[in-house]
Amino acid sequence: MPGGKVLFMMGCPEIPIQTSIALYLSHKLTNLGFAVTVAGTDAATKLLKVSDSDGYYVKKLVNLDKTLEDIIEKRIYFDICFAFMHNDAGMTYASTMSAISQAKIYSIVFGRNAEALSETIEFNCEKIVVNDVHNPSRLKNKLDKVMEDIVK
Amino acid sequence: MSCIEQMKYEILMEKNTFKESREFIEKNSDEVYYVPPGYKIFNNYYIIGISPIAIGIKGYALIFTYTKPCYGTFVLSIDSEDSRKEIYRLREVGKEKASTSLKDDISLESFKKPQTSFQDIWKK
Repeated sequence: MPGGKVLFMMGCPEIPIQTSIALYLSHKLTNLGFAVTVAGTDAATKLLKVSDSDGYYVKKLVNLDKTLEDIIEKRIYFDICFAFMHNDAGMTYASTMSAISQAKIYSIVFGRNAEALSETIEFNCEKIVVNDVHNPSRLKNKLDKVMEDIVK
Repeated sequence: MSCIEQMKYEILMEKNTFKESREFIEKNSDEVYYVPPGYKIFNNYYIIGISPIAIGIKGYALIFTYTKPCYGTFVLSIDSEDSRKEIYRLREVGKEKASTSLKDDISLESFKKPQTSFQDIWKK
């Protein structure tokens, strides 16, 4: 579905692989023809802004809560959502997105408790789960496969 | 910053999972209503949560969840003129839902399913 609108939902950035994977995935999807919007908390967006100060990898960076409000009020929509989560709050945000939007949701579950957290997900989504904290390689490889499936 | 953080609130429970917070509201409220994710209260706060989201009433206080990405879910209580308006609104919509349910003979089981419309709201 190149040309589709993609949303990243980024919560607390305390797990290091979140920022690097967001930069990587945003760049790859943009090159595949998707319009990528990255929505995050203040800390998550600041990390991205400093890492990618010229906006080379992330073209559109917005506030997470404001974006959800806009979706609820039907001011914007997305075809695909990648929801980053490593704690219950992240899963709660993704569950909200599932309830308010028709977007296909990919739950990117990472961190030391990823397996247990992924088992608490009750909404429809495709789960990408890795127990990693610092090394993004395994998650990158899994997401490469997901991107291959998306553009098929 | 959400408008909630600028209001006078009491924290009843903090930094828990959403489900634990919902159970707390169910056990510590006089009345409980269930709303879908994105339900708006106090004019501009959209509740983040896992369906069904519990909102409790105790006296004139509204008891609800507030999820912060880095800290988890809090249970807050607000007792104010605004909370009274919200309680009135919940009871009115709850009444409408109950009356629709009786007419349509909807089983109680169907109330447990995730909601798809923001208009859907019902009373336990």
